[in-house]
Amino acid sequence: MPKITPGTLGAVAAVALLLALPPILDLVGAPFYVDVATRIAIFAIAAVALDLVLGYGGMVSFGHAAFIGVGAYTVGILSTHASNGTLLFDGALPIGGTHSALIAWPLAVLASALVAFFIGLVSLRTRGVYFIMITLAFAQMIYFFFVSLETYGGDDGLSLWERSSLLGLDLYDSTVFYYLVIFILIAVLVFCRRLVGARFGRVIVGARENERRMNAIGFPTYRYKLVCFTISGAIAGLAGALLANQTEFVSPSLLHWTRSGELIVMVVLGGMGTLLGPVVGAIFFLLLEDVLSELTQHWMIIFGPLLILVVLFANRGLLGLLRRGTGNDTR
Amino acid sequence: MTAALFAEQVLNGLQLGVMLFLMAAGLTLVFGIMNLINLAHGSLYMMGAYLTATFQQATGSFFLGLLLALPATAVVAMLVELVALRQLYDRDHLDQVLATFGLILFFNELTRIIWGPSAYFLDVPEVLSGTVEVLPGIPYPAFRLAILLAGLAVAAFLFFLIARTRLGMLIRAGASNREMVSALGVDIRLLYTLVFGLGAALAALAGGMAGPILAVQVGMGESILILTFVVIVIGGIGSVHGALVAALLVGLVDTFGSVLLPAAAAEMAIYLLMALILVWRPSGLFPVNA
Amino acid sequence: MFMKRALLVTAAAALFALPAQAAEKVKVGFIATMSGPARALGQDLLDGFKLGVEKSGGKLGGLETEIIEGDDQLKPDVGRQLADRMVKRDQVDIIAGVVFSNVMMAIAGPVTRAETFIVSANAGPSALAGEMCNPFFFNVAWQNDNTHEAMGQHVQDAGYKRVYLMAPNYPAGTDALAGFKRFYKGEIVGEALTQINQPDYAAELAQLRAAEPDAVYVFYPGGMAVNFVKQYAQAGLKEEIPLFGPSFLLDQSVLQAQGDAALGLYNTAFWSQALDNEANVEFVRGFEEKYGRLPSPYAAQAYDAARLIDSAIRRVDGNIEDKDAFREALEAADFQSVRGPFRFNHNHYPIQNYYLRKVVKDEQGRLVNSLEGTVFTDHADAYASECKMK
Repeated sequence: MPKITPGTLGAVAAVALLLALPPILDLVGAPFYVDVATRIAIFAIAAVALDLVLGYGGMVSFGHAAFIGVGAYTVGILSTHASNGTLLFDGALPIGGTHSALIAWPLAVLASALVAFFIGLVSLRTRGVYFIMITLAFAQMIYFFFVSLETYGGDDGLSLWERSSLLGLDLYDSTVFYYLVIFILIAVLVFCRRLVGARFGRVIVGARENERRMNAIGFPTYRYKLVCFTISGAIAGLAGALLANQTEFVSPSLLHWTRSGELIVMVVLGGMGTLLGPVVGAIFFLLLEDVLSELTQHWMIIFGPLLILVVLFANRGLLGLLRRGTGNDTR
Repeated sequence: MTAALFAEQVLNGLQLGVMLFLMAAGLTLVFGIMNLINLAHGSLYMMGAYLTATFQQATGSFFLGLLLALPATAVVAMLVELVALRQLYDRDHLDQVLATFGLILFFNELTRIIWGPSAYFLDVPEVLSGTVEVLPGIPYPAFRLAILLAGLAVAAFLFFLIARTRLGMLIRAGASNREMVSALGVDIRLLYTLVFGLGAALAALAGGMAGPILAVQVGMGESILILTFVVIVIGGIGSVHGALVAALLVGLVDTFGSVLLPAAAAEMAIYLLMALILVWRPSGLFPVNA
Repeated sequence: MFMKRALLVTAAAALFALPAQAAEKVKVGFIATMSGPARALGQDLLDGFKLGVEKSGGKLGGLETEIIEGDDQLKPDVGRQLADRMVKRDQVDIIAGVVFSNVMMAIAGPVTRAETFIVSANAGPSALAGEMCNPFFFNVAWQNDNTHEAMGQHVQDAGYKRVYLMAPNYPAGTDALAGFKRFYKGEIVGEALTQINQPDYAAELAQLRAAEPDAVYVFYPGGMAVNFVKQYAQAGLKEEIPLFGPSFLLDQSVLQAQGDAALGLYNTAFWSQALDNEANVEFVRGFEEKYGRLPSPYAAQAYDAARLIDSAIRRVDGNIEDKDAFREALEAADFQSVRGPFRFNHNHYPIQNYYLRKVVKDEQGRLVNSLEGTVFTDHADAYASECKMK
């Protein structure tokens, strides 16, 4: 039996609220917001992934949108081939497309993990600003790669002919899709919590604080960081696969460098190195964007300075503020 | 490719290179001395272009417009430094990236509100409007030649400033040991503000000179910003002569890449160059404080 | 004042004509790119559309009209969310606007599945004209290729033998060149695809000069158009080799920023502000009065979109709930288009004329496009045959 703390109580309450959201929204006559909540949850998954490298590992990746893009395109490309019955690879081992989530989503995760692995292999040799910039450079390369991928729509993007199929679930049903995404979000959170709680996580944090010492006591920090970066990329790829299904559309704009910036904003806004913080950050960021852009065409002029204020005065994130407010600061 | 065409493309590459150098010099100085990574440097470039256009319309002269835009942009930049960026010097790079990302959004929207959503007009000054025959059979735009020369002149001036003047000495000292400089009784804050203003003026010069060639429009700073970062990272952050070498290198690679390679490969060439150089030298070609 | 009274009369007349069961209100979701560098296009669309609504006294087809605006930020997933919200929460009857093809491709599926009509005021992707054509999708602008086909025809007719082509490396760019080549039969001496939003074309222009073509055709919209046209003139090429383009290269949204570099250049379009028909004269005057600038083709398209919707609602007597009847009313396109003759093909894309235009200075010294002739009469797009819809 785990000890019952305000933290676990909070978590239980949060999960209960997430589960009860669709019926509540239905009750107040705003069922449309289930879709909004789904999109937020998807970005939350990506933000949690980024938090793993950014918050715990201290690696400021300015290219995480690329992994979302790779995941989304994997699903999109497989779906296209499944729809028009063409082959992805011809030759000795012909491979066709698929709509099956059980095949397409793991492939999306694998593809983005591979890409993250190779980017990490090179980028992790650098540090500081060089790391920020080299991850950005790689993301730009992938961005232009998809732009020039004419078979799959290039800059115009690629329509998903149908959503993935998963164990007979109706993924077109907003509520079903919402519960699926929430389930994945919670699974990702639990997985990451265990990861950072294990020795692996302590090595990563140790490398952030003092890499030389970690090396001295015998931890090959480079390898640990590479694994961490790869896992993070894989989870971001999963978010991409979900996003492709929700939008039923993928395009290079998913990989635009400002998207990577927005992901960082979500993480910092919510609170780095907290896992739950990025979720709060994603909720706040996307809702704010939505509300402000309905308010005025010039919403960026409010949003920009707001960002600066957050950095200046609340750089431990909203979660930090909340916890300070409740006197429950665990950091 | 004939020899004449090759020569023309070299000129094009160098011209892009000096433009990038003007941007990179300010960015790398600010980073080297204040340890500040400023994404909003591209916004200063945009400001420079818009202000040059506005002052040109008011005065009727491009050169006067450019001359006025430099101090004006510097003043705007120093105000931003005083109000917001000053608080960020002791923060980590992440906070700086975020806050200056916010500044980009702010400047873009502000520009849109002041100057409208459409591209703005800025023309080549009459004296430089024609072409010059640099080599027999190669007419080259006079204005681009002027940019090339102006850029080289500014580079020479910068090296003189840093190597030979008191301000330059302080800049060099500030880059290697901040505490020491302030312990010697130098107003380090003032130095910071001045350096920031200088960087902004260089960006404005680049923007003002680009204005007649390019569309003066919201977002024009972002496309050059990323290239500029590639330049300073390749050159070694904080190193002005590294920035010069890298800027010319990137200018040439970009120019020849777009001519010789298929479109998709050309777009990736610059980033590939950067990745390769960082694999070989993780702190750039001319690392500072290595 | 005359206009205002005329509007009141029309509104009143429409009110009497309405049968009891008609809807009381029509809701239009207007999605456009209102932030970022492409903002100017979105603004032109919105302004044109609003003027079109105003023309019928703020009431489309006599129904009280609510316009819900949305900014897609040029992100297809944001566009999708806006479309979802407009369809599900606001329960709009029609979604109009949309600047970019990628945003349109993202919203077309879900919106038409919900049996909500889309009236595209700009984006005309070939997929939606061909095999993915849809009973709920209408395009009131053009199919992406058309304007380029017209210039291909003109350059062919003008007798140029060797042409050099340039466009950005994205689908609209490669489609543009394909459209040009569909009607131009001479020699293509060179073809350069450049990076999207590339600011500087010095390197490509040097290559172009070395290829010694008779004529140049390029497709660059927005900021790229400004960059290219200025640099082409600065390189001294404008006097040497004639430059041709689609209207996007030289339309009212970029002309002022291009300045004299654009003067004298030819381009093709489905419309010109110089077209002398009643609807157009009223539109151009009204737009200038209201917004203090000349309308671009984007504004004209959106104005027509509003007029089309107005005509269709009128035709079904406000009974827009009957989707089949409303579709037939839209298909009838019973309105005075600012471009002159207009009708829909079976794929719901326009059949219309394409005109040759030339950049000149008007009596106030402003750069405008004059009307130089008609290239195509009743021109349809090349994808209609792939559309199974009748």
